[in-house]
Amino acid sequence: MQIKILGQGCSKCAELYKEVVKADQELHSGAEIVKVETMKDIVSYGVMRTPALVIDGEVKVVGKVPTIEEIKGLIKAATK
Amino acid sequence: MFDWAQKLADWLVYGVFAVQAGSKLGDALTFFFYDTIKIFLLLLVIIFVITYVRSFFPPEKTREILSRKKGNTFLGHIFAALLGIVTPFCSCSAVPLFIGFVEAGIPLGVTFSYLIAAPMVNEVALALLYGMFGLKIALIYLVSGEIIAIVSGIIIGRLRMEKYVEGYVYEMGSNNAAFDIPEPTTKERLADSQAFTRDLLKKIWLYVVIGIGIGAVMHGWVPAGALAKYAGANNPFAVFVAVAIGIPLYSNAAGVIPLVSELTRAGVAMGTSLAFMMSVTALSIPEMIILRQVLKPTLLAVFISIVGCGILFTGYLFNYLL
Repeated sequence: MQIKILGQGCSKCAELYKEVVKADQELHSGAEIVKVETMKDIVSYGVMRTPALVIDGEVKVVGKVPTIEEIKGLIKAATK
Repeated sequence: MFDWAQKLADWLVYGVFAVQAGSKLGDALTFFFYDTIKIFLLLLVIIFVITYVRSFFPPEKTREILSRKKGNTFLGHIFAALLGIVTPFCSCSAVPLFIGFVEAGIPLGVTFSYLIAAPMVNEVALALLYGMFGLKIALIYLVSGEIIAIVSGIIIGRLRMEKYVEGYVYEMGSNNAAFDIPEPTTKERLADSQAFTRDLLKKIWLYVVIGIGIGAVMHGWVPAGALAKYAGANNPFAVFVAVAIGIPLYSNAAGVIPLVSELTRAGVAMGTSLAFMMSVTALSIPEMIILRQVLKPTLLAVFISIVGCGILFTGYLFNYLL
């Protein structure tokens, strides 16, 4: 599984990255977590609000930092 | 509406701290406690309500509405300026938003109407204006902000500045990348609004308290009208200076506004104060740096000049009218 965090280094983007790493560790999902920071790549997902969360190429969250429970739910849903 | 807060502040200062009634210190302290209670309650309620309303207008929806109105129509500008109030906006997302709009075929001028209205007519400014000056001034701010956004957008559209947008913006091809996130439930909207309100208050509370603190000191020690001869309606340069001071103050918008009511009491003209607040919210150096990624210097300069002139005009107009 590949999780991407989209955002040009705003404070919320860093926060989302931290939460995703935590969720990933707690679930032992072993996902590859990537920061996407160039505007061209961010926009290529059609995202207009950062931070955004992309799991396996699919945009799941835009413009907010979800709670760790929500992130875990999204990871679990993607593993099935 | 806030009589109880005044009583509470009086009781604290004169009862608990036993400050002498009618002293300058007593005036300053009661002002401080009263304003702190009032402003934080207003911020809490208004930010929460606006965030909830905004959850129904994500930029994806705004883009769809605006792209249906192709061409530089007057209606397109009005829609863009109105949607600027209700669409959640953070200057950190200004670039992807700009690219998203332009790629969806929304005219440059209409995009600017949105980009000007979104940060200027913001919930913190409106909440504080309503609390400090009442409904009339808050409405004047809202309506003039909207008019500046509409007119500036129309001018930028007429100037045909498309070639001053960085070329790569047109080559992104983000248009085809659609995603499908389910509409949030009412419960999720409420939870998101609560989280947003908490985060925003955490970010701005100190500036607000400092702003109220400076205001309180002025309230106690600077007599009413003391600044009138420097910054009253008779000084033609006051509006200009106020706008110039407002531009670098972006991050402290929340702290600046409680102070403005005291400046007004001390004699700064109302139009000058409004122009000051608009330049704090609408023109900020960090946002200019962010927008430079998509706008060539010429267009950035045109944007700043047109919005700046609009704010100056509003300032002079209300100095004359109020």
